Amino acid sequence: MKQERKRSNAPIFWALFGAGGMLSALFGPMLVFITGLAVPLGLLLPADTMSYPHMLAFARNWLGKGFIFAIIALFLWHAAHRIFHSLHDIGIHAGTGAKLICYGLAMLGTVLAAYALLAIGF
Amino acid sequence: MAEKTIEIEVLRYHPEKDREPHRQVFEVPFTDDMSVLQGVQYIKDYLDGSLSFRWSCRMAICGSCGMMINGIPSLSCQTFLRDYYPARVRVEALSHFPIERDLVISMDGFIEKLESIQPYIIPKEPRTLEQGEYLQTPEQLDAYEQFSSCINCLLCYAACPQFGLNPDFVGPAAIALLHRYNVDSRDGAKAERMELVNSEEGVFNCTAVGYCSEVCPKHVDPANAVNQNKTNSAADYFLRFLAPKGGAK
Amino acid sequence: MSKRRPYVRSMDGWWRKNPYFVEYMIHEGTALFVAAYAGILLTGLLRLAQGEAAWNAWLSALQNPWYICFHLLALAALTYHTYTWFKIMPRTMPPVIVGGQRLSAWAITGSGLAVATAACFGLLAVVWGMAR
Repeated sequence: MKQERKRSNAPIFWALFGAGGMLSALFGPMLVFITGLAVPLGLLLPADTMSYPHMLAFARNWLGKGFIFAIIALFLWHAAHRIFHSLHDIGIHAGTGAKLICYGLAMLGTVLAAYALLAIGF
Repeated sequence: MAEKTIEIEVLRYHPEKDREPHRQVFEVPFTDDMSVLQGVQYIKDYLDGSLSFRWSCRMAICGSCGMMINGIPSLSCQTFLRDYYPARVRVEALSHFPIERDLVISMDGFIEKLESIQPYIIPKEPRTLEQGEYLQTPEQLDAYEQFSSCINCLLCYAACPQFGLNPDFVGPAAIALLHRYNVDSRDGAKAERMELVNSEEGVFNCTAVGYCSEVCPKHVDPANAVNQNKTNSAADYFLRFLAPKGGAK
Repeated sequence: MSKRRPYVRSMDGWWRKNPYFVEYMIHEGTALFVAAYAGILLTGLLRLAQGEAAWNAWLSALQNPWYICFHLLALAALTYHTYTWFKIMPRTMPPVIVGGQRLSAWAITGSGLAVATAACFGLLAVVWGMAR
């Protein structure tokens, strides 16, 4: 009766999904409001909130670097995992192909973010 | 006074006669104390004796009479026609399972899964009669009691799209029962059962839809059992290299 | 010979057949906005690395009405994500025992939403403090 079972490697993607989901649940709405609405429309915050010197200093600070990296990378992994499952849900069982595209794009975004943060310097 | 009636639309399927299921409407005498099960029984007794369905206790404890009632997985014995009257009630075999005939589903896959989780206590520490019974504190009982209320009615499977999309998924009820034994302080077979939890047929098929727990007539909350085991499985996945191997006994 | 011929029904369009599943697809769909927003932030980060002119061009592009529209929708989507994330939370956690009693689902969801609200306004305060 006992059969050999293949261990799922899903915990890796599930953990990234969960971390990104939690981060976006905690900070997502306010981040969108700040970067997408308040700053472009000049609401509430000082006009130079996201000026080049400010953002450069933020991205050169190790805490700022960590925050930017975590937000971009984990948001991407969260979304990639959900979209991969949603494709399955609506009947696109592309399997390895869909997996490669979803997680591959998240990986690409992660590498690009790391590259940019290193290029910006310390 | 003219007798009140209600229309019951049943999804019929006869494996020897029909290529695919079709709908048939019956007009059934209605009283406001009638369950959907009683309506279906009326059809079998007086209108069409060939109608097939499972039932036994009529009191929501045997778990036999699950059906899709207006698209919702329900026990037909505790769903009442008066809640639909005067509209027509639609009855169909539980979703996501193969239809054996009419309202009867094929349970073969589920029975195999139920066996695979070893749904019985495998004692951590064998005791002789002289040593007496296994004692548990109320807290130890509370850890698993809710998950032991499952009556295998399979409503949760009919509510689980991930089981519908992948019939190999162990699924809500079996994992809830698996969890029930894993968290029982008397049991010692968690490691064996975790192999199934961790496998490709295991908990990570679940996308936390949560509908299984909504439809459960016994408030087992299978979604909670499945999702707690995602955490357990992930912890083991990442930490297994740190833990000492248990082979040196 | 067996007369059995079990009939397997199609799963096509399953998520349209029950309001519960429609809601599930909507909250899963918030991921599209999370992905697009992360893409916008990533573009901004790459522009920042390219220097002041590139950064300023990206910043002024955000004033485009299409971007404003997108961010309004994204704000709604991410807020809904926050709500659904903590709503499902009690189903995903081991029981929390406080004073010998299990914490109710409502208490867990409520605490989650309270923490998220605090996190959001904390973030706003930090940004405001840094920019001032």
